[in-house]
Amino acid sequence: MKSQVSWKVGGQQGEGIESTGEIFATAMNRKGYYLYGYRHFSSRIKGGHTNNKIRVSTTPVHAISDDLDILIAFDQETIELNHQEMREDSVIIADSKAKPEKPEDCRAQLIDLPFTATAKELGTALMKNMVAVGATCAIMDFDISDFETLITNMFTKKGDKVVEMNIEALNEGYRLMQEQLTTVDGDFVLEETKGDPHLYMIGNDAIGLGALSAGSRFMAAYPITPASEIMEYMIENLPKVGGTVVQTEDEIAAANMAIGSNYAGVRSFTASAGPGLSLMMEAIGLSGMTETPFVVINTQRGGPSTGLPTKQEQSDLMQMIYGTHGDIPKIVVAPTDAEDAFYLTMEAFNLAEMYQCPVIILSDLQLSLGKQTVEKLDYSKIEINRGEIIQSDIEREEDDKSYFRRYALTESGVSPRPIPGVKGGIHHVTGVEHNEEGKTSEAADNRQQQMDKRMRKTEHLLIQDPVEIDAENEVADILYLGFISTKGAIQEGKVRLEEEGLKVNHLQIRQLHPFPSESIQKEVDKASKVVVVEHNYQGQLASILKMNVNLGDKLINQTKYDGTPFLPREIETKGLEIAKEIKELV
Amino acid sequence: MATFKDFRNNVKPNWCPGCGDFSVQAAIQKAAANVGLEPEEVAIITGIGCSGRLSGYVNSYGVHGIHGRSLPLAQGVKMANKDLTVIASGGDGDGYAIGMGHTIHALRRNMNMTYIVMDNQIYGLTKGQTSPSSAQGFVTKSTPKGNIEQNVAPLELALSSGATFVAQGFSSDIKGLTKMIEDAINHDGFSFVNVFSPCVTYNKVNTYDWFKENLTSIEEIEDFDTTDKQKATQKVLEYNSLLKGIVYQDAETPSYESQIEEMNGTPLAKQDLHIDEAQFEALTKQFV
Repeated sequence: MKSQVSWKVGGQQGEGIESTGEIFATAMNRKGYYLYGYRHFSSRIKGGHTNNKIRVSTTPVHAISDDLDILIAFDQETIELNHQEMREDSVIIADSKAKPEKPEDCRAQLIDLPFTATAKELGTALMKNMVAVGATCAIMDFDISDFETLITNMFTKKGDKVVEMNIEALNEGYRLMQEQLTTVDGDFVLEETKGDPHLYMIGNDAIGLGALSAGSRFMAAYPITPASEIMEYMIENLPKVGGTVVQTEDEIAAANMAIGSNYAGVRSFTASAGPGLSLMMEAIGLSGMTETPFVVINTQRGGPSTGLPTKQEQSDLMQMIYGTHGDIPKIVVAPTDAEDAFYLTMEAFNLAEMYQCPVIILSDLQLSLGKQTVEKLDYSKIEINRGEIIQSDIEREEDDKSYFRRYALTESGVSPRPIPGVKGGIHHVTGVEHNEEGKTSEAADNRQQQMDKRMRKTEHLLIQDPVEIDAENEVADILYLGFISTKGAIQEGKVRLEEEGLKVNHLQIRQLHPFPSESIQKEVDKASKVVVVEHNYQGQLASILKMNVNLGDKLINQTKYDGTPFLPREIETKGLEIAKEIKELV
Repeated sequence: MATFKDFRNNVKPNWCPGCGDFSVQAAIQKAAANVGLEPEEVAIITGIGCSGRLSGYVNSYGVHGIHGRSLPLAQGVKMANKDLTVIASGGDGDGYAIGMGHTIHALRRNMNMTYIVMDNQIYGLTKGQTSPSSAQGFVTKSTPKGNIEQNVAPLELALSSGATFVAQGFSSDIKGLTKMIEDAINHDGFSFVNVFSPCVTYNKVNTYDWFKENLTSIEEIEDFDTTDKQKATQKVLEYNSLLKGIVYQDAETPSYESQIEEMNGTPLAKQDLHIDEAQFEALTKQFV
């Protein structure tokens, strides 16, 4: 019996690889296992290798596993590209149709089963996925009836015949694998769980649900990988709460439309990735200058230019903080997993209205698309704070026709914000420097006052938990710093390094701008070395850190920019090297 | 009830004396009062350029946004609060150069709002460069040997983009322009109004006199059918776009927002933001 198993299905894009993984994972989730998924895919619809790797565990997991126990291969390419992750006691279950062969340096065992042939016999080759799921059930010794229920629900709309055929395919796959079980060496059976099902969702779904729960009722967006799922989620779900989505002609329109609707009193937002964010920079400046709330989600992918549109990277950080010309108040936050994405998105909508400025939620491809277990989301934590918005008519003297002082110089810098339609609230809004009424003004003293007012809003801003802290050691050998989806790999690497006797602390940064220097400096001071883990070439997070925190000679960069997410092993290996150096120094 | 004076504020426009934009401003103020609007019910969203300043000169809600993006901003305002009367405006550079993409998409999207382009065939605020609506051969700072590009044809463009209200006005005719803007505001859909608004400083060709000489009023054309797109298009071509009046109106096609069920009730901006617990449970259940 095992506490975790790593399973992967691979084949050509467009063959139903994703849905095979989906069926398997949904069943595992309903049994109460913790899951973490990774999708390998390319920027094309049909053809090209794709795979879906799912880690199943009895305890929470937040990273891809280093290795692989079971590989379902629909073609030889899948074997060639993935066997390196496998051990002697791992197994490849391949479709006989592909005439599978074991590569010379392949450690894993190979079994071939007639996935396609069986499916064809039962009706259609499309069901080869179901045969493969059946085989998985057999090797992992799962009760096949759980899968039958799932399949029935999935295909009910397509009619009884389809349901029946798929269940038959599932059972036949199960039978075929069982016949071969004695030839397989290795343990693929998972320990039981308590059986409580959790939520199983991608980060983009969590962001969408967070936006909806925060009271967002309008989204304007332009499709892009890996952000589109947020728009799709909103299109499906916003109407349930009376909201709607406009798919715009481009990202510039999306940003401006979202700003326009925020100005008019709706919590609205847009979501995109690097190229879209580049186009939105001028609009982000408008939001900052006009003090109009605006939430933008950036699901980072490989840059620059079109870059690696379907691969993991975190190279937009500098642009998110410093992009747009001129000085504006801006908030950049970064969720650390899908669960956090839900709560932090809700907080972002509050921040945008409380501080009347753009708020960027910085995600990355692995968080946005990696499907993962999320604990039950807490309804009682939904809080809506609209700041200084004014939605009812303002009483004024009859002959008082002066503009409302929308940009009044207040101590906090935040000024009351009547929305259009409010009687007595008329004022002007402009991206040109303006006075308290919003009328354009180039006067030097006014400029200075208004700039100071805008900038002081966020100067000392700290969100509820600017940093996720896992730092019990008062004195540490290594402090790990990361953001977004690197959390899981660092957590696991940390556990392994601690097993080797090292003292390791870990901070996952949730608030990137303004930078929470104090809470981070405190932890830096406790550590001999500070390792900044990030997915980009230049070490952008490390640079931000250097600007805000006194690091001495502690900084060590751990960067990765090949498009694949960090593995726990990579953290462990580098950590051990660092430990060795520390010892030698002593 | 508000009069046009209620739409005035105390800001002195920075336009040159004689600028055509003064008339457009006045026509908007009069039209808004004539159709019975109160200042707080109007949102004027403008782009960048001399004409973009207009939102600051009218006593109503208003945003002066970024160059070329008044339309997406204005559509966002409309989506948020369909009860507002939304007027987007800007110049020919704003709408036909940097913002051309948005113009076409706003035309075909057909939200219930009005778009007024103050078309002077020149870049004024940057001191006299060619514009997409400048005629071929037009000599400017950026085209010293004469403009070699074909000019855009706003009316043809609007008609071919699925516009449901297409009109062209002239700054000299405030009365006609006012009525035109009233009709535009009353039209249930996207109303496109191109206004010849002469630049007295940088355009010495397309002057008030030039337009007076060259424009033909649609009312004077006997067989002009403003409900027939094909015939209207023919007339636009026949008169080389030098027409004045409502060129085409399609009262049948429903506006964008009227086709969205959720937009037919309370405006989004006035909805309760909270979801109840049962709703939340149902939403999370999708992920089990």
